[in-house]
Amino acid sequence: MIDFFFLVPIAIGLGLAGLASFMWTLKNDQYDDLEGAAERILFERNDGPAS
Amino acid sequence: MSCCAPGAEFYLHRAAGIDDEILLASRPMNDGLRQTDLSVPDIHCGGCLQRIEAALRKLDGVASARANLSARRVTVFWRGTAPPPLMQALKAIGYDAHLRDTGADKQDKALGQLVRALAVAGFASSNIMLLSVSVWSGAEAATRDLFHWISALIALPTLAYSGRIFFVSAWRSLRHGRTNMDVPISVGVLLTFAMSLYETIHHGPYAYFDAAVSLLFFLLIGRTLDHVMRERARQAVRGLARLSPRGALVLRDDGSRFYLPVDEIEPGMTILLAAGERVPVDARVIKGTSELDLSLVSGESTPRRAGEGTVLQAGVLNLTAPLTIAATTTAKDSFLAEMVRMMEAAESGRSSYRRIADRAAQLYAPVVHSFALLTFIGWIIASGDAHFAMTAAIAVLIVTCPCALGLAVPMVHVVAARRLFEKGIMIKDGGALERLAGVDAVMFDKTGTLTSPQPRLAVQRSAGGDALALAAAISAHSRHPYAQAIATLGHDSQAPAFDTVSEIPGSGIEARRGNDVYRLGRPDWAIADRRSSPAARDATVVLSINGKSQVCFGLDDQLRAGAAEAVAELRRLGAFCEILSGDSDARVRKIAERLGLTCVANARPADKIRHVEAFKQAGNTVLMVGDGLNDAPALRAADVSMAPASASDIGRNAADLVFLRDSLQAVPEAIAVARAAAALVRQNFALAVVYNVIAIPLAVAGAVNPLLAAIAMSLSSVTVVINALRLGRGLPERSRRPAVVRERAPVLLGALK
Repeated sequence: MIDFFFLVPIAIGLGLAGLASFMWTLKNDQYDDLEGAAERILFERNDGPAS
Repeated sequence: MSCCAPGAEFYLHRAAGIDDEILLASRPMNDGLRQTDLSVPDIHCGGCLQRIEAALRKLDGVASARANLSARRVTVFWRGTAPPPLMQALKAIGYDAHLRDTGADKQDKALGQLVRALAVAGFASSNIMLLSVSVWSGAEAATRDLFHWISALIALPTLAYSGRIFFVSAWRSLRHGRTNMDVPISVGVLLTFAMSLYETIHHGPYAYFDAAVSLLFFLLIGRTLDHVMRERARQAVRGLARLSPRGALVLRDDGSRFYLPVDEIEPGMTILLAAGERVPVDARVIKGTSELDLSLVSGESTPRRAGEGTVLQAGVLNLTAPLTIAATTTAKDSFLAEMVRMMEAAESGRSSYRRIADRAAQLYAPVVHSFALLTFIGWIIASGDAHFAMTAAIAVLIVTCPCALGLAVPMVHVVAARRLFEKGIMIKDGGALERLAGVDAVMFDKTGTLTSPQPRLAVQRSAGGDALALAAAISAHSRHPYAQAIATLGHDSQAPAFDTVSEIPGSGIEARRGNDVYRLGRPDWAIADRRSSPAARDATVVLSINGKSQVCFGLDDQLRAGAAEAVAELRRLGAFCEILSGDSDARVRKIAERLGLTCVANARPADKIRHVEAFKQAGNTVLMVGDGLNDAPALRAADVSMAPASASDIGRNAADLVFLRDSLQAVPEAIAVARAAAALVRQNFALAVVYNVIAIPLAVAGAVNPLLAAIAMSLSSVTVVINALRLGRGLPERSRRPAVVRERAPVLLGALK
C-alpha cells in the first residue's frame, strides 16, 4: 500500500512532464515544417529550429 | 539546375510597384525589422531550402530568411526603408515567388486551442485509464476510493480545459433554441462526471471518470482533424498568386508620384497603369491606347482595345502599353466589390444545406435524451431505487454518446481530402464533399476553364511561301505580345531587310521596302479592300502587302487538357453538362460543338446566377466550374463549385474546390472520390447504429458497467476510423495523366493573365 505514495505521483508526474514538453514544442513552432525539419538534419550548416 | 528548376515559362512581369507592394504587405516587427512572407510553389526538396536561404541571406538588409518545405513558403526578416530585391533574387535562382499577406494567416488560434485541448485530454484519459484498469482488476475498497479521488482530480481540470470547446458550442446553440451534436456530448460528459463524483464521495464501486475523459479525447480527435483539413486547403488556396493589386501608382497634381493602397484611392485621382498591371478600381482612360484582357472579368477571350474615354472595370488586365487613367469610384464601389456583394447574396440561398452530421444530431439528441429519461422513469417505477435508476440512465447516455458519429464523418473527410490532394485538388470543407457526391448537373465556364488559360495565336489562312517569315521579321520590331508570339515563328529563316519600320500604336507595324508597303496589325487598318476577304476581317492580326492580305492570324481557343475526356466521364457518371459563358455566341458555340455540349452565351454574372438557380429549382444539384470574376457569384450560387488554380483570386475564394493541375479530369475524379466518401459515411453511420442497437438495451437493463462502456466506446471509434481509411483503395487510379504531347510553342501567347 505504501508503494502507491511513491508510484502514483511518479507516474502522474512523468505524464505531466510529457504533456508540458509537448506544449513547449507546440509553442516553439516545431510542427510548422515537418518535412523541412527532416531535410535540415542533412545540412552542414548548424541551424536550430525556427526562431 | 537541379531537380527543382521549374520549367521555363513566359510571364508578363509587372514592371513597377513590386517594391512598394512588398512594403505594403510586410509587417513591422520590433527593433526596425519587417517581416515578409513569400509563397514559393516550386520548393521541392532540402536543396531548395538551402539555396533559397543562402541566396536571400546574401542580400543587403536581410536579417534572416527561413524557407518552409511543407507550406512552400519563405519568411524573410529585413530592415531598412526599401525592401531588398527578394523576388528578383529568387527569380535569379529559378523560383517564382508570390507575395503573401503576412497578416492574413497569423497563426491559427483555433487550431492551437484544439491541439492543446487534445493533448490535455490525451494525458488525462491515459492516466485515468491506468488507474481504472487497476480498479477493474479488483482493487480493495480503500485503494479503489483513493484511485477514484485521483481520477476525479485529473478529470476536473481536463473537463474545464478540454471540454470547454464543446460546452461553449452547446450553450451557444441552446441559447438560440437549437441543438447540435455538442448538446448530447456536453450533457453526457457533465452528467457522467457529476454521478461519478457522487459515487466517489459515497464510496461507490463504479466511477465513470475514464469514460467521460476518453469520450472527450476521441471527440477532440475528430474535431481537430476536421479543422486541420479545412485550414490546410484554405491556406494553400490563399498561398497562390494574388491577382488583385494591393495598390496603384497615383499621380498628384504637382507631378509627384505616390504608391497608394487600393483602399485609399478616391474618385478623380489619376493613376499610372503600367503594361501588365490590373486596373485597381473602376476608372476611365485619360491618355494612351492599349489592349485589355477582359477574360477574368467578362469571360471574353479576345483582347479589347482601349483608348481615351474607355471605361475600365476593376480587375481588367492592361496588356500592351502604359495608360493614364482616372478613378471613377472607390475600391468599395468598384466592380470587384459588386461581385463580392452578389456572391454574398447568392451565398444566402445556399445556407439551407446542412451537413449530414448536423442532420443526424438533430434526430439523435432527442432520441437519446428521451431514452435516458424513459430508463430513469422506468427503473423508478420498477424498483423505486432512485440511485440505481440514475446509474442506468447515465449508462445509456454514455454508451450512446455520439463518439463514432463525431469521428465517422471528419475521419472520412480527412482521408478523402488527402486522396483529392494527391490528385492535385484542394477542398475547403467537408460539407462541399457531401454536396459534390450528389451532383447531377455540371455548368462549365468557357474562357480559362474549358479552354486553356493561355489563348493561342494560330495561323488561320496563309498565302504560303515566305509570308510567315516576313510576318516574323516585321513583328520582331515590336514588344506587343502578339508581335512577340509571331516573332518566334521565323527564327530559322533569314530576315529580309526593310527600308523603314514604324509602329503605329493601336494599329500595328508598318514596314516599307522599295515601293511595297507591308502592314502587320489590325485587319481594318492593314487591309485596304475589305470586301476582298471576309475571313481576313475575323482575324485578330493580318499581314498585308500593299493592302492585300497575305497571312491571317486568329486567336484560337485551345481546349484545356482532358476537357473531352472529362465531359465523357461526367456523362458516364450520369451528370448533365452545359457551357455557361459570358463570351460571344460564335466562340462559345464553336467550343460547344467540339465537346458536344449545349451552351448559353453572352451571360452576364446575374444571368449566370439565374441560370444556376433555375437548375436548382428543378431539383438538380449543380456543380459550377469557373474561373473568372464574373463566375464568382455563380460559383457561390451553385450547390458546389470548382475553380482551376489559374482563376482570379476572388474566384478561387468563392469555389469549394480548387484544382491545381492543368487537366479538367480533376472534375470527374473529384466527384468519384466524393461518391466513395459518401458511401463510407453511410457505412460508418450504419456501424454506429448497429453498435447502439446492441448497447442500448444492455444499458437500459442496467447491465453496463464502466469497463464495458469503455471497451464499447473505444471499439466503435476504432472501427469507424479503420473503415474510413479504406477510402480510395477501390478507386481506379486515374491520376496518371495521359502523356500530353505538348505542341511546340511557336504560337503560344504566353500567360496573358
